[in-house]
Amino acid sequence: MGKALGVEAKSVPAPDEDAATISVMAARRALARSSIDPGEIGAIFVGSESHPYAVKPTATIVSAAIGATPVMTGADLEFACKAGTAGFQSCLGLVNSDDGQIPIRCALAIGADTSQGAPGNALEYSASAGGVAFIVGREDVIAEVGLTMSYTTDTPDFWRREGMKYPSHAERFTGVPAYFKHVEMGARQIMERMGTKASDYDYAVFHQPNGKFPLKISKSLGFNREQILAGLWTPRIGNTYSASMMMGLAGILDVARPGEKILAVSYGSGAGSDGFHLEVTDLISEYPRSKAPLVSEAAANGIEIDYATYSKFRKKLKMEGE
Amino acid sequence: MAVARHWRNQDQRYNLAGTRCKVCGGHFFPKTSMCPSCHRRSLGKLERFQFSGNGTISSFTIIHEGMPQYSSQVPYVIAYIDLEEGDHIIGQIVDSEPSEVEIGKKVEMVFRKLSEEGRSGTIQYGFKFRLTP
Ligand SMILES: [Zn+2]
Repeated sequence: MGKALGVEAKSVPAPDEDAATISVMAARRALARSSIDPGEIGAIFVGSESHPYAVKPTATIVSAAIGATPVMTGADLEFACKAGTAGFQSCLGLVNSDDGQIPIRCALAIGADTSQGAPGNALEYSASAGGVAFIVGREDVIAEVGLTMSYTTDTPDFWRREGMKYPSHAERFTGVPAYFKHVEMGARQIMERMGTKASDYDYAVFHQPNGKFPLKISKSLGFNREQILAGLWTPRIGNTYSASMMMGLAGILDVARPGEKILAVSYGSGAGSDGFHLEVTDLISEYPRSKAPLVSEAAANGIEIDYATYSKFRKKLKMEGE
Repeated sequence: MAVARHWRNQDQRYNLAGTRCKVCGGHFFPKTSMCPSCHRRSLGKLERFQFSGNGTISSFTIIHEGMPQYSSQVPYVIAYIDLEEGDHIIGQIVDSEPSEVEIGKKVEMVFRKLSEEGRSGTIQYGFKFRLTP
């Protein structure tokens, strides 16, 4: 199954990790690379399908754990795998607004998940855990967002009802009418408005539910392998859901140089895509990447575990004495 | 009651916040209302101090039969850690096999789930440690 999905390994959360702990670690690493005071952060949005509480925002836990409280706002967002980029867009809106009306100059967008599929399901094979945090501001940016646009429809490709442990998906909708249509339209509308074509970009990154879909969509949009390799992480760590496209973008920013252009499109079932046109600034050459692990380092840092340990971790098998 | 207690200890648990004595410059964890060396002279001269979370293992023990909450984590390591800025702390070492843990190894703080009050209660988060890569 690994070969069919193009996934060689996936990350698994430890028993004491959840979307909140992963969000906090990602946020702390983002801050470690920045000179901003956590008190300057005016908003925190955490996008996830696996928030630990149904009611009690993960964003509040992150806020306290990085010292951003109390003059700030925060919210948890949900939109399948694109909740993190929905937060990214919200941050852009707040920081670019009139300071007299909304005095927020700096915000934090996080995508984090510890998702799981029912045992034996294809989702079980690729669903993994991970988180990414981006600091969004107006000054000293390493990448400028030139344009962001979304493409949204009501498509029942994947869902989970309240109280159910595992999600369901409609085979008929998962591929063409859902992922491919929304990512393609999302990418095309960005390029149309920017007046760009695939060859104008140094890098492209698309949501990665498995290793195959992003290869197929990038080919049909006219991107080659070199353009997408730096942002392709699902084959090595699995589908980190809300963090998936953001992880790819973080991987690209780990290697990007001044002046380079990036096209990034996330996808969330239900369904929609968020597209971003980004240009890397000169400041990236001074950006202290070494103050936190690169995506490649974080991915290589894992410990290999067997399925029994994995199941124990995920509480799927009834354990002795429990 | 427990919810309120956990909430009061939040800064300590989340951020490894302790106390700095402005008289002798000592750093203490957990927070204290009087410096153990300056005593009364430290009154009014104590401030919040956030430890970096970097430290060195000075001793440890391997737990094979933990509390029910930790059953999915056994065997796990509880270590006595000398913090870089002074004072010491007891914490769990995660993300490594117990056989990899040794006295003198460097550790860094991570943010993890400590406990939860059943399936419907609150979740307590806070510091644990892992070997510095
Ligand atoms: Zn003192």
